[in-house]
Amino acid sequence: MADLLNDEPRVVSAGVDLFAAALVAQAVPVTTVDWRPPVDGTSDDLVRVLADPRRPEANELALTRMLEAGAELVDVRPAREVLGLEPGQFLHAGPPVTWERASGPLRGALIGATLFEGLAPTASAAESLLAAGSSVEWGPCHDRGGVGPMAGVVSPSMWLFELADPASGRTAWCSLNEGLGAVLRYGAYGPEVIERLRWMADVLGPLLQAAVRRGGPVDVKAIVAQMVQMGDEGHNRNRAGTLMLLRDLLPAMVDSGAPSSDVAAAAAFIGGNDHFFLNLVMPAGKLQTAAAAGIPGSSVVTTMARNGTDFGIQVSGTGSAWFTAPANTPVGMYLGAYGPDDANPDIGDSAITETIGLGGFAMAAAPAIVRFVGGSVPDALATSRLMYEITVGENPAYAFPILEFRGAPTGIDITLVARTGVLPQINTGIAGRVAGTGQVGAGLVQPPMDCFTAALSALAAAVPPPPAPE
Amino acid sequence: MIRHIEVRTGTYHDSVTLMQVSQAVQGEDGVGAALVAMATQLNLDLLAGMGFEPPSAGPNDLVVGITADDDAALGRALVRLEAALSAGGSGGGSEGGGFDAAPPRSVGSAARRDGATVAFVSTPGPYAFVDAMDALQHGLQVVVFSDNVPVEQEVRLKREAAERGLLVMGPDCGTAVVGGVGFGFANVVRPGPVGVVAASGTGAQQLLALIDGAGVGISHCLGVGGRDLSAEVGGASTLAALDLLADDDATEVVVVVSKPPAPEVADAVRERTEKLGKPVVLALLGPGRPDLTAVAETVVTTAGAEWAPPRSWPSTAPGAGPYPFVRGLYAGGTLCDEAMLLVSAEFGPVRSNIPLAPAWALEPDLRADGHTMIDFGDDTLTRGRPHPMIDNSLRIERLLAEARDPSCGVVLLDVVLGHGAHPDPAGELAPAIVRARNVAGSRGRDLAVVVALIGTDADPQRLDDQARALRDAGASVQLSNAAAAREAVALVRDGADG
Repeated sequence: MADLLNDEPRVVSAGVDLFAAALVAQAVPVTTVDWRPPVDGTSDDLVRVLADPRRPEANELALTRMLEAGAELVDVRPAREVLGLEPGQFLHAGPPVTWERASGPLRGALIGATLFEGLAPTASAAESLLAAGSSVEWGPCHDRGGVGPMAGVVSPSMWLFELADPASGRTAWCSLNEGLGAVLRYGAYGPEVIERLRWMADVLGPLLQAAVRRGGPVDVKAIVAQMVQMGDEGHNRNRAGTLMLLRDLLPAMVDSGAPSSDVAAAAAFIGGNDHFFLNLVMPAGKLQTAAAAGIPGSSVVTTMARNGTDFGIQVSGTGSAWFTAPANTPVGMYLGAYGPDDANPDIGDSAITETIGLGGFAMAAAPAIVRFVGGSVPDALATSRLMYEITVGENPAYAFPILEFRGAPTGIDITLVARTGVLPQINTGIAGRVAGTGQVGAGLVQPPMDCFTAALSALAAAVPPPPAPE
Repeated sequence: MIRHIEVRTGTYHDSVTLMQVSQAVQGEDGVGAALVAMATQLNLDLLAGMGFEPPSAGPNDLVVGITADDDAALGRALVRLEAALSAGGSGGGSEGGGFDAAPPRSVGSAARRDGATVAFVSTPGPYAFVDAMDALQHGLQVVVFSDNVPVEQEVRLKREAAERGLLVMGPDCGTAVVGGVGFGFANVVRPGPVGVVAASGTGAQQLLALIDGAGVGISHCLGVGGRDLSAEVGGASTLAALDLLADDDATEVVVVVSKPPAPEVADAVRERTEKLGKPVVLALLGPGRPDLTAVAETVVTTAGAEWAPPRSWPSTAPGAGPYPFVRGLYAGGTLCDEAMLLVSAEFGPVRSNIPLAPAWALEPDLRADGHTMIDFGDDTLTRGRPHPMIDNSLRIERLLAEARDPSCGVVLLDVVLGHGAHPDPAGELAPAIVRARNVAGSRGRDLAVVVALIGTDADPQRLDDQARALRDAGASVQLSNAAAAREAVALVRDGADG
């Protein structure tokens, strides 16, 4: 605490530049805030939320819990075992959505999952079944404590990574990564997609299970910390993380007694898919954010997720309520002959990586992919630095060497988003609009501001009335 | 003539910067009028007054209205606009290309970066609470210059500050001097034994200037905001400031300046001052109470120094009354109050936008009626506009209007110097005074102009130069506002030989 009357003042000035200049003229060190009015219509809510006496401690607690959460890969099991999913029950990415409003890639993935589960003989029969909705149901992965990439569709027979936070015992899960191109998570459901899912359920899943059970838990958080220092941002680049995981699992896979051809195929599949580890970064992020959820008064974002139609966020102080708005369409680079007209609006639970300070927030750590996400190295540094303006703290476990090992910007604060107008930056893949297409590109996207302003209103409404004057 | 109007969204500049931009654009050849401002209601009304159809825009949008003789002039005006906007820019940084860090976007972010100790918040009133609370929650002492902050927000800020052992100076704290550093509008004063707690910005400046003028120095001047001693706020910052000064070795004499507080608050303050262990001059301004100059005299003598009346520069123009009514055009609310008290003690009602009695309130159009004094620094006149201590345009406009009004005899003006204030107010006001006196003269009247010049010898505007420029324009100049008001009274009462 500064001694007002005796210490040399160091001043922060927000507002009229002239007064900052007058202080500078008196040789006082001044930091000038690049101030601008808050997002339209948010001032009253901001006043109410900032006046909430619970908020500073609530946000401090949210940050502490996010930083303390660990993440270990403890098992690999089918969804029916992990979640008790029954045939006809599916999970998907993002906030809840009906078939009528579901995007092409989500519909495609649900069709694929229906075929994979043997609930319908053809794609059109699957589509009819899903549209009718009588014997099927679906809900958000997040609402069941897990995360799904892109469409994020999970059905009972799919295998899941199961992660645990040793500190709290809490668990989270994510599906196994299928690789790139025509894959279910991007909405493709052709025969090769279903074939690959079968191999993953019959060969890859059991092999991984054996390896994890044999080799013991894999410290995913430690791998994430290392990958960030090796040029991965943990969302669009997971190359180092994938190879470190493989290094950890391979001895036990070899030693598992499975046919060497299966082990070779699995090793080739994992090693040949730079995104394999994304599906472990995501549930590690879910453990981190779940630890911070449900703290009354906290304005920290605990979920950012999209279903291809809507972007949805959850905020610690408002519990499990979703605040949604139409998802934006990513801007980026396209595969082959695909172009912006083929792009579906933003989709997937993978924005959990940004929610914990990776992905777009960690662009400074991944100069190798700045062109891929449309920019230069200085842009990457500027992006990460800008994200510190909307976060309550930093994660020293995920440190960026190029920023003097500054920790990842962690704990998006909706009041800072509304005050600065700065939106979280998200790196993402781009799914084809039409069901069955698959991936068409990758790029950058931002959430719609309305999610944050709606959440802010709800948080403001939840502030207890001020105590009556004595 | 061409009228150009446009609205720009997603851009923000403070009102002072925009005033400078407007003036730069206006200075181009062939440009009639230019208003570059945030689209507050006040500014939209100004646009309408300039003959524009007000566009649909909100206070977060930038609106540009320019009248020009022809396309070429408009073209020059727009080029100048871009140049001035980018030079003025807020925050002084780019969006952060390159390897340098971009400027912080919030007070909290700035505090975390640079280990700041004090926040100076001058954001528009509706937003100031959030910035000030952010500062407190990051452990900073806060000066809230902003006005138009709701009182319940002030109460909440001061409660937070008390819980954290911090001081909130303001809201509507125009002046603070802490350890020799001036915040907001602040005169350059010599260090010394007098500590000031001020619920009045210009009142504090008058005291600082007069005490310094008497050769006595200031330890600190802690502004607390004009409402601090109200029943709602309960003197929270005044009591905290008294505690700080009680423990401050540099402070030997304390003066508390305020309008009369709520009775229970007055009791609390009095009780605290009695236990302070240092002499306290309690200057609660009001009818029948000592004016600021008398308070300054008490403070100076309490500090053991000699008092001499403040300097003055009498008008060189021969008087040629009668002088029917006084018109006060003030930038400082407390100075305006003080002048009204002195004038009304002599002549009865003084109409005002900050009237001493409700019945004396001016209509919203501020039309003059008898003795009239306008506080141009009042909240309602500064919404979305720079303070009149920075921007003389509204007062100059009014001065010229008074020159044309046969009922106006004496114009009373305050000119406040110091950090934050206009770099050369006499440079703008002196020519306007000459014009006004010529306008009145051409109608067969003498317009007397009396200036209360608030400043010290060390102020950046150079006190002597300012006084001389104003006197050479035909004004009488007093360093004491009370003396200036008394001179105006004498002119009205005695006619030509005041």
